[in-house]
Amino acid sequence: MDLQPLFDIPIAGILFQLVDYMVRVLTLNGAVILALAAPIALGSYCGFMNERSGIVNIGIEGMMIASAFAGWFVASLVVQAFPDQPKADFFFGASPALLIGVLAAIITGMLVSAVHAWLSITVKADQIISGVVINIVALGVTGYLIIIISRTAPISAGKFTPYTPPEFLTDLPFVGWIFNMFLNHGPITMGVIVIAIVLQILLFRSRWGLRTRSVGEHPKAAETVGIDVIRLRYRNVILGGVFAGLAGAWFTLDFGNSFQANMTAGRGFIALAALIFGRWMPLGAFGAALLFASASSLSIALRTIPPTGDLGNILTALPNQFWAALPYLVTIIILAGAVGRSVAPAAVGKPYERESAS
Amino acid sequence: MINKLLSRSIRGQLAITIGAIILALLVGAVIMVLTSPIITGSFDPWLWVDAYLALVQGATGIAITLNPFSIEWLGLNGIIDTLVRATPYILAGLAVGIGFKAGLFNIGAQGQFLMGALGAVTVAVFLADAPSFIAVPLALLGGVAAGAAYGFVPGWLKANTGAHEVVVTIMLNYVALAIVSWAVTGPLRSTTATFARTDDVGAAALPILGGPSGHELHAGVLIAFAAVPIVWWILYRTTIGFEVRTVGANPDAARYAGMRPKLLITGTMAAAGLLAGLAGAIEILGVQNNLPATYATTVGFDAITVALLGRANPWGILFGGILLGALRAGAPLMQIQAGVPIQMVDILQGVILFFLAADLIVRWVFRIRDAKGTDVDELKTVTSSYGGSSASGS
Repeated sequence: MDLQPLFDIPIAGILFQLVDYMVRVLTLNGAVILALAAPIALGSYCGFMNERSGIVNIGIEGMMIASAFAGWFVASLVVQAFPDQPKADFFFGASPALLIGVLAAIITGMLVSAVHAWLSITVKADQIISGVVINIVALGVTGYLIIIISRTAPISAGKFTPYTPPEFLTDLPFVGWIFNMFLNHGPITMGVIVIAIVLQILLFRSRWGLRTRSVGEHPKAAETVGIDVIRLRYRNVILGGVFAGLAGAWFTLDFGNSFQANMTAGRGFIALAALIFGRWMPLGAFGAALLFASASSLSIALRTIPPTGDLGNILTALPNQFWAALPYLVTIIILAGAVGRSVAPAAVGKPYERESAS
Repeated sequence: MINKLLSRSIRGQLAITIGAIILALLVGAVIMVLTSPIITGSFDPWLWVDAYLALVQGATGIAITLNPFSIEWLGLNGIIDTLVRATPYILAGLAVGIGFKAGLFNIGAQGQFLMGALGAVTVAVFLADAPSFIAVPLALLGGVAAGAAYGFVPGWLKANTGAHEVVVTIMLNYVALAIVSWAVTGPLRSTTATFARTDDVGAAALPILGGPSGHELHAGVLIAFAAVPIVWWILYRTTIGFEVRTVGANPDAARYAGMRPKLLITGTMAAAGLLAGLAGAIEILGVQNNLPATYATTVGFDAITVALLGRANPWGILFGGILLGALRAGAPLMQIQAGVPIQMVDILQGVILFFLAADLIVRWVFRIRDAKGTDVDELKTVTSSYGGSSASGS
């Protein structure tokens, strides 16, 4: 199909060129985009579990880096103890070491979340401070440990093998790239969309979801109908740690196979942005994560497949750093209400005091 | 005056702060001992003694050896290092602290610091051939203006749209990284350097007050020490300071009393940006001498610890800034002499904050009874507004 006549329309032509370029690049890079979106989306599910129950969590970054380290380190220890690891070819080339690593990452995410829950709910410390503490300690401890551990030249446990979707699916016209985008991945990345759908349904269609929303919006009312606010908040915050743990495991066991200090590089904060952009809903946050990942993949594509014509002149004139800053700028614009308001759960950030306690 | 300083509640707060520091040092010691097999090759239950003694020596110049016991002062170098390192912490700590006083959590000191550094270096590069007495003040002004503008944005957004400053400033920190990276790899890139950095600041370099090579005491230290009483005076002895503190304690009361919360919030954030920007400018003009594209600094985040250690009080922030400056100044010697990575300081800092947040542990360990909470009162205003009630009403 020749679209050239459309492109030649003055001014509006650039829009057609942009759409054409995006379709070409995004269908080509679909798998990369989903991979880049995975840790952001998982982090935002962690934030979702917290903030929907009324707890601010700006410690997602710290939870992710702690889990990334724990997953990598434990898997590496297992491999050093048992060098002959069987590999399950039918399940992403999983070895016991990798699975134990993922488990360690999840448990670490839950433990760090438990600290956050204790500080925010029981101690009634400031929830933002608690998040700051988690970020500083997690970054410090993992940075300290990786320096001394790398002196011992540790062995990596490797990583999951991405699934290769059959060619008859990926070669399908028009929809083939969707299969490639969602299936050409390791287990954690592939699970991201499933978790979003499940959480979305649970939030609006289950008893747990109704209770969680009520605790996040109006805990006093929730308590009067017999919901244990404190217990539900604890449970949700700690369960949220599972997703931060998976996000951590993504870095060191699914997408990569090694650990570097500060390797999460602000993804936990983009996750926070995605949560706000997605209006505190799992599917919304997943969409936002995809959007943010597309922006960064576009900046790579601009160098590898440079667009031509007027569009090329405009896009290549934008500095690379513009794309890096885009998710953050978009979040500020959304928060400021310029493009429809995104409103947080009403009780978020307020410690809950039982009536009878005073 | 002394009586007022040492009132019951302040004594309690001081006790909790010192208790938190002691507990954090204990946790650090445990981590060092647990990891000693990797650091020294064998289990060493006394590694922490070597490490902390090296830390003290690096920060103060006081060298203590235990076996045989001797104590010796090696001169001013350590103290100069501590003061130079403390300078940006004090200024950026004030930037976070005055935010707290107005009920604002300025997590954006990092971005404001970077923008201040960028503003200062931009002016400095353009004035490379100007005489120093013109270049230095203008470069400082450039940094201050850039920082203030960068603080103004979240303040204005909070006041007029209700966008919460915590999220906005976190986002702006990353935007600042991108701006610095763009400016330094683009228009400001030095043509002579082998990697992406700006030209040297040249004539705008801060005057050196003294000290040997490698341990120079630059004039910016004086600015930081002067800023503390000035900020204290504005906060506690002027009408504006009173209004800022009232908005922080209770925005509704402030509005009913005829104050203008929107103006105060915007102004406080701009002032915070000004202080953090000044910190960035001084660090570039006094220590760094040029701005690399990937300027690795954590001053803006460490400033949160400083402000909380000082309970948002300017004199407390002075103490917190010097403490953190000392830890940073001593850390390299700790790494050389005891093999403990300098990242130990990040851990200590985080754990101090943890114990300040969980002050019930500190109270229980040290049997402290007569103290109010250590948390900054105005923080309640900060966190409970996270859900997005704007200053103009809820």
